Amino acid sequence: MIEITDLNKVYKAGTRALKNVNITIEDGEFVFIMGRSGSGKSTLMKLLLKETEPTSGRIIVNDMDLTRMPRRYVPKYRRRLGVVFQDFRLLKDKTVYENVAFAQRVIGVPIRTIRENVPEMLRLVGLSSKYKSYPNELSGGEQQRVAIARALVNSPEILLADEPTGNLDAHNSMEIMGLLEKINDRGTTVIVVTHSQEIVSQMGRRVITLDRGIVLDDSGEGGIYDEN
Amino acid sequence: MRISTFFYCLKEGIKNIGRNIWFSLASAAIISACIFLFCLFFALTANVQYMVRMAESTVGITVFFDEGISEAEILAIGDSIRERSEVKEARYISAEEAWENFQKEYFKGMEELAEGFADDNPLADSASYEIYLKSIDDQAGMVEWLDTIPEIRKINYSSDTASGLSNFNRMLGLLSAVIIIILLAVAAFLISNTIMTAAAFRRDENKIMRLIGATGFMIRAPFVVEGIVIGFVGAAIPLISVYFLYRSAVAYMMEKFGILSNLMEFIPIQEIFPEMVAVAMMLGVGIGFVGSFFTIRRHLKV
Repeated sequence: MIEITDLNKVYKAGTRALKNVNITIEDGEFVFIMGRSGSGKSTLMKLLLKETEPTSGRIIVNDMDLTRMPRRYVPKYRRRLGVVFQDFRLLKDKTVYENVAFAQRVIGVPIRTIRENVPEMLRLVGLSSKYKSYPNELSGGEQQRVAIARALVNSPEILLADEPTGNLDAHNSMEIMGLLEKINDRGTTVIVVTHSQEIVSQMGRRVITLDRGIVLDDSGEGGIYDEN
Repeated sequence: MRISTFFYCLKEGIKNIGRNIWFSLASAAIISACIFLFCLFFALTANVQYMVRMAESTVGITVFFDEGISEAEILAIGDSIRERSEVKEARYISAEEAWENFQKEYFKGMEELAEGFADDNPLADSASYEIYLKSIDDQAGMVEWLDTIPEIRKINYSSDTASGLSNFNRMLGLLSAVIIIILLAVAAFLISNTIMTAAAFRRDENKIMRLIGATGFMIRAPFVVEGIVIGFVGAAIPLISVYFLYRSAVAYMMEKFGILSNLMEFIPIQEIFPEMVAVAMMLGVGIGFVGSFFTIRRHLKV
């Protein structure tokens, strides 16, 4: 469970990115976070990833208080999260297999376990046949699938997806959303940051709308965010 | 640490060198130059020290006493000489022993010539003490002290050998220290730049590692490995060259200046090399480690 209480974030330049944000996300939920540029979505993601510290307020993720977490526990905390980005952030000099395996190698997972987990993840995202391909040989949708496989290979409790369909066409976007739903069905909490009203409407899940740092709406499906 | 993690860090460190080959080569070359000079000075200093030690055991002070002084008085002065802390050994040579030594040295094969002096020792007043010091540096002070003893007629010593070797060694040590410190600073600076370039190459990878939950150790280790490998290679190359160079140089000196072999005695390569390897490796690997560790600690966010 994620509990965000009275969360404020003011950057050094004086910009108030988040103002008294209160959000609770239950285990196994699928949540969209919507908002325009500058609404505070990315800041919220950074705070959940513990890339930045809040000015005030509390963030509790699965009983861990991020605001009081010593630095040395941060890597262990991040292993319980999976992250997917709009620009995929794959390593261009590594194959599909190596990109997914990389996530396990760098946290010291034994090679034998990696050899079992990576093919399983590639099956889940439907890329088993392309395990030898390099990122530049794949379509945008396929690259995002690799990024999702990499995010999932360490069995995270929460998957954070920052504009995962931002660089994809409508068809690929819906495929990725379908994949995220499949992952959510396996019990992983999925938080998707997006500004696509179309996707949000089609998915029919909980939507939290942010506007200039405040929670404008957390009323339910569809949201009230106007893309224009 | 798992063995697979160790090999992962090693592999990534070597990959870093490959990605950044020119900077890495430049760093290794500067370390090589630094360690080559260090080895030269090390060999020189060690050999000069060796010669000083040899001199300390062979170059002594000889004191002669006034005529008519009794043997008991001479022995009493000898006791007070032995009591001095800087004295390693003081050997009494009686007038008879002096004459015997003289005969052996100068009447070899013509012993009959010396027979004329059988009952009349020409060195009757030449009882002496040969004094050997713990350090050749104390020679001047010792001579000064011996000069204050009224019964001592003459003091023989070689001031040039003592002070010359001592001063040369001191100057050599100082010069080598200055040059090595400057070169080490340049090497550390170059390693730091190499590591910063490597970190820039791997910026995306490091960011992903960080977000996946890799520890600071796992992110930094490949860079430290890179520094250590550069330092190791930078030390190994000059050590190999110095090994062969030293052997040839000693052989050449002994061949060309064999006449000076009494004065110049070199430390055999098998004696000097293990110590040289240990110190040079510590320097090379140490500078690689320190340069990379502090650079990556300062510049890489984990």
